[in-house]
Amino acid sequence: MLISSLGQGLLWAPLVIGVFITFRILDIPDLTTEGSFPFGAAVTISLMLHGQSTFIATIAGFLAGCLAGIVTGVLDTKLKIPSLLAGILTMTGLYSVNMHIMGKSNIPLLDQKVLTSYLPESLAPDIQTIIVGLIIVSIVVALLYSLFKTRLGLSLMATGNNKEMSSANGIKTDGMIIFGYMISNGLIALSGSLIAQSNGYADIGMGIGTIVIGLASVLVGEIFLRGRKIMVRLLAMVFGAIIYRLLLTVAMGLGFPPDDLKILSAIILVIVICVPIIQNRIQTKRQLKQYLAQISEGENYEQRDEIRDIGSQKLTKGILSGNRE
Amino acid sequence: MVVKNLQKVFFPGTENEKHILKNVSLKVYDGDFISVIGNNGAGKSTLLNTIAGTLSADAGEINLEHHNVVKKPVSYRARWMSRVFQDPKMGTAGDLSVAENLVLAQSHTQTISLRRYKKVDQWNRYRKLLKTLNMGLEDRLETQVKYLSGGQRQALSLLMATLSKPKLLLLDEHTAALDPKTSSDVMNITQEIVTREGLTTMMITHKMSDALKYGNRLIMVQDGQIKLDVKGEEKHNLHAEDLVKLFQE
Repeated sequence: MLISSLGQGLLWAPLVIGVFITFRILDIPDLTTEGSFPFGAAVTISLMLHGQSTFIATIAGFLAGCLAGIVTGVLDTKLKIPSLLAGILTMTGLYSVNMHIMGKSNIPLLDQKVLTSYLPESLAPDIQTIIVGLIIVSIVVALLYSLFKTRLGLSLMATGNNKEMSSANGIKTDGMIIFGYMISNGLIALSGSLIAQSNGYADIGMGIGTIVIGLASVLVGEIFLRGRKIMVRLLAMVFGAIIYRLLLTVAMGLGFPPDDLKILSAIILVIVICVPIIQNRIQTKRQLKQYLAQISEGENYEQRDEIRDIGSQKLTKGILSGNRE
Repeated sequence: MVVKNLQKVFFPGTENEKHILKNVSLKVYDGDFISVIGNNGAGKSTLLNTIAGTLSADAGEINLEHHNVVKKPVSYRARWMSRVFQDPKMGTAGDLSVAENLVLAQSHTQTISLRRYKKVDQWNRYRKLLKTLNMGLEDRLETQVKYLSGGQRQALSLLMATLSKPKLLLLDEHTAALDPKTSSDVMNITQEIVTREGLTTMMITHKMSDALKYGNRLIMVQDGQIKLDVKGEEKHNLHAEDLVKLFQE
């Protein structure tokens, strides 16, 4: 169970990293996800059915997602359509595009080689998935890590953080936002392509709920692995994807039918949004209580000291300044 | 910089129509330090925003280094001008560190660069520059800017704005959000940097004393026009009472 969640989680990791780029770096909730995920799957599977090699088909899936991202980016920045709506528009449009590419709502692979078929047959399928997942996730994380260490990556982060300041410093913010949408949706489509290969088919409905899965995984990852360093943040996304799969597997193990997985995803998202907020509130309350208790303790000391007339002001001061540290 | 016949009308054709800039022309000489004063709604902020590019002018020309930039976006103008905003949060990226903010401000080139931005000698240079601010920022290169105080953020904005030696520095009431002590500290830093680098500067201020104390030239904007433009000796002899009188006219 653990092994299969690990493999599936790694295949979903590019999607989570993609959602992370728009949601966390650019500060945009991008709904294109729901369209670009099946887009990647559709392009990859139909190219493979037309006799293209798996590698080319997978890369084409990624590039297709990039294209979808550019469309949303242009709608958002150049046509000034609010980002939520821009995502919904692309997503809706992509439904027709995907139908045209696939010709019908579900296309299964016949006997085409998928990425895992290139590994020795002696390995168990789950292990094969893990190896392919690990290789792809390592490449994605390594490339993004080096991207965020360049000026281009820094400009991307600055644009998401403060657009006014970025353009005042000469950054073409529209271009940066389109670029962000592009990589993000490319990665999401890559996930779609990998999942389709792993399932053995592309389906028009496979994108439904992916934004919820993505956001929940981002938040789960951040709960488990906190940090400001970009490497930590990227790895948190990979962990988030794996842990999320594990949660779903556990739920299935408890006897939930597959049809209920979507509502479970939604509930998990609600929980992971609320947990950190409640955690914070409890912690702040506790610390405040502690702080106030220490202050009043200090006052007690003062009173006692006055009664005894020892005049040990130093002690009182020591406790108080200790509190402040 | 030369501004020629600049016009700006808000909500044209509606009953709320407001003609904010009425045919404004202005010549700024190299090395000028201009204080801009005026009532609320007089058009001084609009003038600054139009020069900076955050607002587009409806008519007129803005010539900078022999380029008419009136139709160019903010990011294009950034190669010549930089700006410090009124709100300390506006001029810096809060989630990025002090050093990362300085890297962004360093070269206003538009080329996409895939070079790594972190370099040890650069970091040392930043440390030295931050030390001149006297705000204790030199040891906090890796601190996220959102944890700095308003004064520190504004001083950093000022350093960032002047790092690439702009042809024109725009200060938009940059001390208005600070307490009196910090405000005067930031004004002193401003004066020091502007003098040291010989920067051409336009500073909007609501503080009459600052307008009189700093700079070699003073402009008063009223009702969308430049009502007063004094420099040198003439500005030196100007007093707060004279300005108040002009305001009331």
